[in-house]
Amino acid sequence: MSDTLLKVRDLKIGATVYPPGEKPHDIEIVHGVSFDLAPGKVLGLIGESGAGKSTIGLASMAYGRGGVEITGGEVWVNGRDILKSPLGDIRKLRGGEVTYVSQSAAASFNPAKKIMDQVVEAAVEQKKFSRKEAEKRARELFAKLGLPDPDNIGDRYPHQVSGGQLQRCMTALALCPEPDLVVFDEPTTALDVTTQIDVLMAIKEAIRDTGVAALYITHDLAVVAQVSDDIMVLKMGNTVEYGSTDQIINKPQEEYTQALVSVRSIEHEEKQPTPDPVLSVDGITARYKGLNFDVLHNVNVELHPGQTLAVVGESGSGKSTLARVITGLLPPSGGEITFAGRKLSADLAGRSREDLRELQMIYQMADVAMNPRQTVGTIIGRPLEFYFGMRGAEKRKRIIELLDEIELGEKFMDRYPAELSGGQKQRVCIARSLAAKPKMIICDEVTSALDPLVADGILKLLLDLQKIEDVAYLFITHDLATVRAISDSIAVMYQGRVVRYGPKSEVLSPPFDDYTDLLLSSVPEMHLGWLEEVVAHRKMESAGN
Amino acid sequence: MMKNIPISAAIGLFFTGTYFLVAIAAPLIAPYGMAEVVGDVWEPASAKHLLGTDNIGRDLLTRMIYGGRTTIFIAAAATLLSFLTGTSLGLLAAVMGGWADQVLSRAVDLVMSIPTLILALVILAIVPVTVPILILVMGLLDATRPYRLSRSVAVDINVMDYVEAAKLRGEGRVWIIFREILPNALSPLVAEFGLRFIFMVLFISTLSFLGLGVQPPLADWGGIVKENKDGIVYGIGAALYPAVAIATLAISVNLVADWVLNRTTSLKGGRG
Repeated sequence: MSDTLLKVRDLKIGATVYPPGEKPHDIEIVHGVSFDLAPGKVLGLIGESGAGKSTIGLASMAYGRGGVEITGGEVWVNGRDILKSPLGDIRKLRGGEVTYVSQSAAASFNPAKKIMDQVVEAAVEQKKFSRKEAEKRARELFAKLGLPDPDNIGDRYPHQVSGGQLQRCMTALALCPEPDLVVFDEPTTALDVTTQIDVLMAIKEAIRDTGVAALYITHDLAVVAQVSDDIMVLKMGNTVEYGSTDQIINKPQEEYTQALVSVRSIEHEEKQPTPDPVLSVDGITARYKGLNFDVLHNVNVELHPGQTLAVVGESGSGKSTLARVITGLLPPSGGEITFAGRKLSADLAGRSREDLRELQMIYQMADVAMNPRQTVGTIIGRPLEFYFGMRGAEKRKRIIELLDEIELGEKFMDRYPAELSGGQKQRVCIARSLAAKPKMIICDEVTSALDPLVADGILKLLLDLQKIEDVAYLFITHDLATVRAISDSIAVMYQGRVVRYGPKSEVLSPPFDDYTDLLLSSVPEMHLGWLEEVVAHRKMESAGN
Repeated sequence: MMKNIPISAAIGLFFTGTYFLVAIAAPLIAPYGMAEVVGDVWEPASAKHLLGTDNIGRDLLTRMIYGGRTTIFIAAAATLLSFLTGTSLGLLAAVMGGWADQVLSRAVDLVMSIPTLILALVILAIVPVTVPILILVMGLLDATRPYRLSRSVAVDINVMDYVEAAKLRGEGRVWIIFREILPNALSPLVAEFGLRFIFMVLFISTLSFLGLGVQPPLADWGGIVKENKDGIVYGIGAALYPAVAIATLAISVNLVADWVLNRTTSLKGGRG
């Protein structure tokens, strides 16, 4: 075997685009990328969305997804150029020598087949193992990956295990045929932080124990720093920087890499609470129709004018439900909400126009929060028209003011949402809520669908706007780095209850309750060896108990 | 915009346009009066009668032109009626939800469970058959289809965040239906409109063929088939002309509808 397992030279990848109103034409999305990967090593590919990292990952299996075509360069696996190989050889390669772990295990497993059938399929198909041997190996891998009941978990269906477990099953699937190379495509991105750490550790150990080489694709530099030997930073299909993990994290050369490393370094002074909160939630209990349990239990929080309350928790903790209760979309079964000194009606229909105006909301997915058939001008202009009766030149002037505030400018007025980038869309949504001159804005995971640098820009904008407009934010997020950056007070939610609540400085300093400790320690930190430290720390704690 | 029309759409547009123009300008174009007997029974095509004459000696080309006018007018009016009622009820049901949706949807299910043609025949057998009655019966019976389509599309759109944002803003039902939902539901509806129009042409032709549609002496394509069907036995093709007309109209309208659908979905921000 040669000393490089995967050798990529001047890889060029093209795609056909269909812009509205124009003829379809070809563009290049990866412009000549080269790298080497030795057996047993891990290379991290990192970049924002559109950087071409997944495309490169799939190209190492000689595959182009949906209209994507490899147009030039060489991909050598185990000493042969697979781009020139006949299809029969490539079939042996895929699922045999090179395997793939995708971002969403839930969407990748066939829900109608048992996990074991799917895990051993490639290995048996490639005639690497007999069915019996493959199942034995799968069970070993299940055990190695820390799955509960490794002997029987394969008999379950994909929906019968949790998301984190399914992601580990998929890793077992990829490792089962004893491949030389595994391509991990954002394997932990869809998971909660506390689950992510388990999966990450399992993947790392499995890579070490099996001696397999891996391409690890992610947008999260802190995550990739934990698992990879080398890192390649990509931007718009170009290599920005390529070096050892240590060098990239500790001594980044390029400006772009430095920006990625130092992301979320926003400083925000904690403000003191005022005597009159703008919002106070008293003993809210709520459940959805048709459910026989409460999704929120006796939630009490307060938000002060011009400040930010961060509501943190994992998926299913009830934080978005709290937002629905406050906005009136889900009338609570108990408790009451006081807003700007008035008691708010439980359901939307009973609220005055003033209540609606002063309480605005920004959504996670900006692209579905805006009507695709309305221009930016219409979207921002509607609240002006609706709440203040503005028309014509007056309305136009105010729209332009708002566009300037969100740093976009007048030229965006006649654009449609589809013509904006993700960050720009979120900015327009911010302008739409500001147009109503609200006292408070609920921000539901507003940065979690965005790339780190873009998210950073949005957070800075929100903080600036808070100073100018004196608006309070109820900031719902699962991302503790965001919380640190912008909040004045924090409510940690777990299974529908507020488990910890207070000013930021208090909530984020010890002594912690168990859950907050788990949550805080699970946030990946941008230094080498963090993963091991956390895991060692946890082992020690459980030994101490 | 007109420059990059695909060839199929151009053909469709040309034929559809021609049919509609002929329909509108029928009295100016037609060589003879609509019900005028001008020759012998089933005369072959000649310079005087380009398509020959029909079963009682009327000029067939004239009958075809007036027939097209009646057929296209009734079908278009009925389709419009069916879309206006069906779509507005469908969108309303989707936005209101709850019992209003249940009542409307189950009522529509009830109507749909009875074959439309049989129901129409029963109704038309009781009431006097006039053109407005025909349009009303066809339009209302067919409104179930646009109702189902628009409701299902709107239910999907109704849960989008931008509709929720509009609700939180305090917008009324009218704004939500016409400004938030309808523009995003338009492209499937437009495509369906073309399809339903053709079904209406077939529907009215069938009714006329069965004698419960357009009443003589008024000409319409289904009626012309009925009047001349006995000629087929003697090798006289008079009954086939309306069939050809219906087929070409159907194809060309569909070509146009396809193009409209493609164009609207590839619009800026269109839903794919």
